[in-house]
Amino acid sequence: MSNESLYRKRAFKNRIAMVLSCAATLFGLLWLVWILLTTIIKGASALNLALFTEMTPPPGSAGGLANAFYGSALMSLIALLIGTPIGLAAGVWLAEFARHSKLGNTVRFINDILLSAPSIVLGLFVYTGVILPMSALSNHQIGFSAFAGSLALALLVIPVVVRTTDEMLQLQPSTMREAALALGVPQWKLTLQIVLRAAKAGVVTGVILALARITGETAPLLFTAFGNQFWSSNLLKPIASVPVVVFQYAMSPYDDWHSLAWAGALVLTLFVLMLSLLSRLILLRNRSH
Amino acid sequence: MLVLLLLASIAGSTLWGGFEAFKTFGFGFLTSTEWDVVGGHFGALVPVYGTLVTSFLALLIAVPVSFGIAIFLTEVAPPWLRMPIASAIELLAGIPSIIYGMWGLFIFGPFMAEYMAPWINDNLGALPLIGGLFQGPPLGIGMLTAGIVLAIMIIPFITSVMHEVFRTVPSALKESAYALGGTTWEVVWDIVLPYTRTAVVGGIFLGLGRALGETMAVTFVLGNAHQFSASLLMPSSSIASVIANEFSESYTDLHRSSLIALGFLLFVVTFVVLALARLMLMRLSRKEGL
Repeated sequence: MSNESLYRKRAFKNRIAMVLSCAATLFGLLWLVWILLTTIIKGASALNLALFTEMTPPPGSAGGLANAFYGSALMSLIALLIGTPIGLAAGVWLAEFARHSKLGNTVRFINDILLSAPSIVLGLFVYTGVILPMSALSNHQIGFSAFAGSLALALLVIPVVVRTTDEMLQLQPSTMREAALALGVPQWKLTLQIVLRAAKAGVVTGVILALARITGETAPLLFTAFGNQFWSSNLLKPIASVPVVVFQYAMSPYDDWHSLAWAGALVLTLFVLMLSLLSRLILLRNRSH
Repeated sequence: MLVLLLLASIAGSTLWGGFEAFKTFGFGFLTSTEWDVVGGHFGALVPVYGTLVTSFLALLIAVPVSFGIAIFLTEVAPPWLRMPIASAIELLAGIPSIIYGMWGLFIFGPFMAEYMAPWINDNLGALPLIGGLFQGPPLGIGMLTAGIVLAIMIIPFITSVMHEVFRTVPSALKESAYALGGTTWEVVWDIVLPYTRTAVVGGIFLGLGRALGETMAVTFVLGNAHQFSASLLMPSSSIASVIANEFSESYTDLHRSSLIALGFLLFVVTFVVLALARLMLMRLSRKEGL
């Protein structure tokens, strides 16, 4: 009798736990759907061609976000150009030359921390390390600049690329390396032409993920690239970027600015989601080979 | 090599930048609640308190939910459902934080003000001891809202870590427990969890590191008030939101220096939290190697 009640108690407890876990999953998915839906509904109503062709307007008049899109694209491109080679080099070094060494493990550890370090601190770092000296050198002619914004973004790119390069290279079978070495291939050639080529898809994924990460970043740009009302392609001047404009417009009291902010947010979200889908596709295709 | 150098220089430069503030206010910088831009008095207690409270709230919500999702993914869900749900949760991690902020400000904030806050006021505000936490005007933005938004943001991170480490549990262990007649819950609680305990805590710390440093979402929904209040419904400020709001408008060196000093504090705290997280995660992978 008591045996049966014990059974029932255990089964009951189990039932509760399972229901709760299903509820938790639904709870998690609910937010996803809610957030995406509002972004799409609010954003789609403000989406039109002018968004991509006109400048950011003063409150009360129509306009678009063309200069912000341009600024974001420009800074992301420069950030990738700076960050990718450095990250790639560090990743190759970690995987090929320092795989089990103490220094290698330390760098890996630090890199992992850098990967999730608060981005606003990176912005502060660029501010004190780049903007203040540049401003002092140029007699306050150069303050906030697009270049500094790109540097801050590059700091975000590096750890992502290091991590994925390192992981992807470690996945390559050592028999391949040994076969190449047995044929007398020098180490640098082995690394560049064999291992790196085999891991190409993974490395490309890393770069895409890094791009996805920096397109949505606002915090480090607030006081590096600052923002600009007008079209600017001067790297030494402040430049507009989509996330910062979205931030400023969303915090403003004007309705037409709000709807522009939603449109910008929608484009950002779609772009980032597309990138993460793309990276997943590349990985999947690579795995099936 | 370069990465190592980078980290050291970040710490160095923020410390150097904040030096003036530390010098001026000494230890009082950490304990003063005053934040007076015009008068030039700066104390870090309010932002620090706001950061800690919102992150703690976020963990309080996110940990059980993530745990539930991870159990669902590893033990309950039929195999065909696992992939889509896991990727959907990961999508949540990919959404830029500024979107969370906008959503929190325009959709969730009003929702809180209209439905949740009055209810909380009426029901929880009357409780003894903790009642003070839940009293206040229904503003919609404040520490509770910020905590909830943060929780949504860190759920994917904690979930994916838990999901991954749950899968490392040898199936022989789980199967023998099932064979002895254990229910799913008992297997999870008594077999899976003890086996992965350090890594699970590591994952939680990883989420905490995220929550502490999160800037944009919090800036939107926290309300940015430099005042100390016990109620969770009142606006406050966090380290990151103060920096984001005031940095480009700081004209005195002292103000700027205080903000950089705040950044330094944040950096040190997150560094410690994240380092702990990594060490705990590493311990599990070493066990796996045996």
